[in-house]
Amino acid sequence: MYRLKKFLFPLIVLTAFVLTGTTTQSWAATKAIILATTTSTQDSGLLDVLIPIFEKDSGFTVKTIAVGSGQAMAMGTKGEADVLLVHSPDAEKKFIAEGSGINRRLIMHNDFVIVGPPSDPAKIHGAKTSSEAIRKIAQANAIFLSRGDNSGTHAKEKGLWKAAGIAPEGQKWYQQTGLGMGQTLNVAAEKKGYTITDRATYLSLKKTLGLGILVEGDPLLLNIYHVIEVNPAKWPKVNVAGAKAFADFMVSRKVQDIIGKFGVDKFGGPLFFPDAGKKAESLGL
Amino acid sequence: MELFWEGIAKAMALIVALDREVLAITWLSLKVSGLATLISLVIGISSGTLLALTDFPGKRLIISIVNTGMGLPPVVVGLFVTIFLWRNGPLGFLEILYTPTAMIIAQAIIATPIVTGITVASIHSLPPNLKLQILALGATRWQMVLILIREARLPLLAGVMAGFGGVISEVGASIMVGGNIKGYSRVLTTATVMETSRGNFDVAIALSLILLLLCFAVNYVLTRIQHRKRPR
Repeated sequence: MYRLKKFLFPLIVLTAFVLTGTTTQSWAATKAIILATTTSTQDSGLLDVLIPIFEKDSGFTVKTIAVGSGQAMAMGTKGEADVLLVHSPDAEKKFIAEGSGINRRLIMHNDFVIVGPPSDPAKIHGAKTSSEAIRKIAQANAIFLSRGDNSGTHAKEKGLWKAAGIAPEGQKWYQQTGLGMGQTLNVAAEKKGYTITDRATYLSLKKTLGLGILVEGDPLLLNIYHVIEVNPAKWPKVNVAGAKAFADFMVSRKVQDIIGKFGVDKFGGPLFFPDAGKKAESLGL
Repeated sequence: MELFWEGIAKAMALIVALDREVLAITWLSLKVSGLATLISLVIGISSGTLLALTDFPGKRLIISIVNTGMGLPPVVVGLFVTIFLWRNGPLGFLEILYTPTAMIIAQAIIATPIVTGITVASIHSLPPNLKLQILALGATRWQMVLILIREARLPLLAGVMAGFGGVISEVGASIMVGGNIKGYSRVLTTATVMETSRGNFDVAIALSLILLLLCFAVNYVLTRIQHRKRPR
């Protein structure tokens, strides 16, 4: 019994000592900025490439919180983030208009695609527009998986239904996952349903899915990413310098080149197209 | 099934190659959950012993609350800790949201009721007259308490395992208060969720296997201590 105690007690003390000792030094938060962003920039691996370069160049450390664009902007509205990288243009304009953010700048775009099972029960393949495609899905009562999480993709999808003049909510074939893009694609694959996804996430998951791209190329399906600094006048605790440094970094020549080349070696083509300095209207919206 | 074997192969490759990122993630998981368990032990064993050995009105109610807390959903803890630690929240001045420190706090809150509840049950399971016997042999109250804890150490170690097992495997609170930040607050469970949503199922399986191995190793050591023969 006493030997047990002799053995156990120093072990616990030693563990506690080692744990606290190694933790306190490296965890001191100095010059940290909080970047609230959409899941696609993280799930595609783009931020894993960009963040280390930014940290090295600027001396700031970045806490990347990857959530949906809706939640990212909600964090910004509360002053709980310093800078946002999001893709939900209508919500972004509202965010700027209510004074929550400043300096909204265009970074890059790619596109959304409508994917579904190869058997294509609603026969949407070859549809000229996204509206036509989703109208066919609704007419065929084919299963459609919605993100249902206020993300940028969800906002885009709701816009498409609205443009097509259909109210899908509450229909039996319209199912909301409440999950991220990758998980929603997996659900769609399992249920042999249709869904709308950004191309980057689709390409990185393609090999395990068994879903094909059925509709693409409609200007309505454009997916545009902006960087927004959270308004320091509204939230004094915002790291102004860090947020500006990150936003400037994202529009810099160097980063724009990296974005344009990202994914080429793995997918045979870029996942994102750099757009810094352009007007969103020039992309064909 | 093919995917599963690929995952196993990938796990072996990552472990054998001592992949630095995976090692760092594993080490952080162990650090965060280990420290959270230690904190919960200090709070849980002392308050559990106090609760078991004293009588006061409302004691049953308190014990029921503690026992309910043993099933505290990690996401609920995560949500409330996040709200408290927000920059503009009541504890915002600490500036510890999205840090491993915040994860330790959340996990300690999850583990403490587990340890407390098992401590109360362990002390209650001792023979009721033991307390009187110890006092009759001339022990002070403090000595009595220490002897009782020592006598209850086998079920108490089960409490340690339950507490540690509960926090090392939870993902809801860790991802909310830690943020799953690469190289900083990413632990095995949050990395598994992320790799799954990235479609890297082989890496996700590999991380899960490492998590299982880690849990097994810790529980094996604790079980060895628990079953050690009492030296005379």
